[in-house]
Amino acid sequence: MKQPNTMSRQADAISPGTVEDSEHDAMYKQEHSDREGVTNTGESPVRPDEAGSQGATDSNKPERQQPSNGEPVTRNTKVDHDSISLSASDLNLWYGDHQALKSLSMKVYANTVTALIGPSGCGKSTFLRCLNRMNDLIPSARVEGNIEMDGRNVNSKDMDVVALRRRVGMVFQNPNPFPKSIFENVAYAPRMHDIVGGRAEQEELVEKALRDAGLWDEVKDKLHQPGTSLSGGQQQRLCIARAVALRPDVILMDEPTSALDPISTATIEDLMVRLREEFTIVVVTHNMQQAARVADYTSFFHLGEIIEYNDTTTLFEKPATRKAEDYITGRYG
Amino acid sequence: MAQSFDDITKQLGKRHRRTRRLKLTCMAAMVLSAVFLVVFLGDMVNRGWSAFQQGRMQIEVSYTEQSQQMPLTAVDEQYRQLVSRGFFRQIPQRMEADPELLGTTRTQWVIARSSVDQYLKGRENSLSEQQRQLIDRMVEQGNAKLAFNTTFFTTGDSRMAELAGILSAALGTLLTIIVTMAICFPIGVMTAVYLEEFAPDNRFTRLIEVNINNLAAVPSILFGLLGLAIFISFFGVPRSSPLVGGLTLSLMTLPMIIISTRAALRSVPDSIRHAAFGVGCTRWQVVSDHVLPVSIPGILTGSIIGLAQAMGETAPLIIVGMVAFMPDPSFSLTQAATVLPAQVYSWASLPNQAFQEKTAGGILVLLAVLITLNAAAVLLRNRFERRW
Repeated sequence: MKQPNTMSRQADAISPGTVEDSEHDAMYKQEHSDREGVTNTGESPVRPDEAGSQGATDSNKPERQQPSNGEPVTRNTKVDHDSISLSASDLNLWYGDHQALKSLSMKVYANTVTALIGPSGCGKSTFLRCLNRMNDLIPSARVEGNIEMDGRNVNSKDMDVVALRRRVGMVFQNPNPFPKSIFENVAYAPRMHDIVGGRAEQEELVEKALRDAGLWDEVKDKLHQPGTSLSGGQQQRLCIARAVALRPDVILMDEPTSALDPISTATIEDLMVRLREEFTIVVVTHNMQQAARVADYTSFFHLGEIIEYNDTTTLFEKPATRKAEDYITGRYG
Repeated sequence: MAQSFDDITKQLGKRHRRTRRLKLTCMAAMVLSAVFLVVFLGDMVNRGWSAFQQGRMQIEVSYTEQSQQMPLTAVDEQYRQLVSRGFFRQIPQRMEADPELLGTTRTQWVIARSSVDQYLKGRENSLSEQQRQLIDRMVEQGNAKLAFNTTFFTTGDSRMAELAGILSAALGTLLTIIVTMAICFPIGVMTAVYLEEFAPDNRFTRLIEVNINNLAAVPSILFGLLGLAIFISFFGVPRSSPLVGGLTLSLMTLPMIIISTRAALRSVPDSIRHAAFGVGCTRWQVVSDHVLPVSIPGILTGSIIGLAQAMGETAPLIIVGMVAFMPDPSFSLTQAATVLPAQVYSWASLPNQAFQEKTAGGILVLLAVLITLNAAAVLLRNRFERRW
């Protein structure tokens, strides 16, 4: 670990500790040693430069660290993880002949922030798009396997994608508000789905969604200006408001801050943490500090496989696999 | 050792000279094309301008019983060869319509014959020396003059140059274009929407695409032959009518509208489509609520330019018989009609000097309409263009 202390501080900052870090460590050690038969009694986490030289320890690390039922290895005890929001099992995806997802299984817990990390082309965005079937738009994509949500298979033919996307919202990498007014951006989808009727109801809903997205105070006086007139960060929050307005169960975010400056990024990260009270958030990110800051669970992807799926603190402080450790410490990717 | 600036500059001289040469060549090409345009327009304006003026004379017309029978006797003998024959023809009708005229003599402005008109404009004419002197005298007294040619815009074609106008051709063009647009716009836009937003990308749709693109390059006269064979011979649509002309032109305009609409749809960024799909729009909602509103300026621009091209088209309309001689303007889809370019074509083939200026005048009117349409297209594009 590069900066283990910083990491744990940040993780604590987002969900003020209900569980002592030492408990995590103990739990981790317990599982780790049970599984691997290695007793790691080291007082402090292994530093990357040291880890490189410790060939013996490294070779003992498993290739993959995840139960086949898709659950994270270590539970995050700070969040209520009784209910499962989405559950992918044995998910395969091909783009033409290229297999982009290889037999993935992953459970996403309700009201958590789950981060998907991994090097470019590892399939994390592809996986994210499977969750609301955006891959349907890519003619060459072929998906097999189950994604269970609310007792239904999202991936089956008889699942109506419109109904699915009504319950699984999405925020994209580049802010893409509709070329309409701010008000219309938020009110459009609820009106389309017949969630709201009259003007008064719409106004109420727009205000609530914009407040949820932390944008209300900045735009309340210019609701009828084009959404595209806002700054990049504001646009992205408008897109979040647009997704929130439908009151979905899950909000998918595909690198939502990669096109934004640090201040906007911080705002949106705060937002994600706040929104998980009501929504389940799955976020793809290239920024590992971001994952460490906002996510309750983190899944590390590599070449279309989940290498390690774990409680965020555990994954960042004591990665169980060599690949995850190398990636987190910035050795590649 | 590194090269000095002087060494490098010496080598660069050749490259800079080449740039200058190329720039000059391009500039010369631009000047040449501008000159062509100016010469063409100047020539047309020069020849056609006088078509908007018309020779008139102020003479005494006596409405008697005799002149109702023999209209020529209504005016003094010396003017009989100078006043338009069309005026004499109207005398009996006018007297019938207005019985009070009988027995009165009125001094009034009448349309002069085209030979007088040409003489007043200083062109070659068939007047005798005596007649010329008479007209010169009338001009001095203010009894003969050139005035704005309202006849040109209010009548149909005529064998008498001074009475020939473009109204029937303009109406024919209007009807034809309405038919063309009514067919082309919905079919073309819907085809483009299907190909761009719905159709899977497979061998079949690619074949259709290639064919549509090729259709746009087919010589227009072939569309005329097709219209003749299918619409007239097979479906029995009345020939020479704006209906058959519009149908034929729509064959020609359709591929252009499809191509320009597809380009407009393609220029809408996918991020907007993704955003719409992401909030649970159906495919049709994505198109109607998000893609079409932003692409409408492009679609309109393409359609207007397609329409302008159809308006200027002559060859296919000649094949389906739309070069009819149309003295009476009619506003019917199934009656025989003519169109502006066909009117210009038929005037151009007449030997009479006076018709030559009508030809140029007709071209000017057509040009003015086309330029207006293109300007409208540009305005629409600027007006509705949105940033995203």
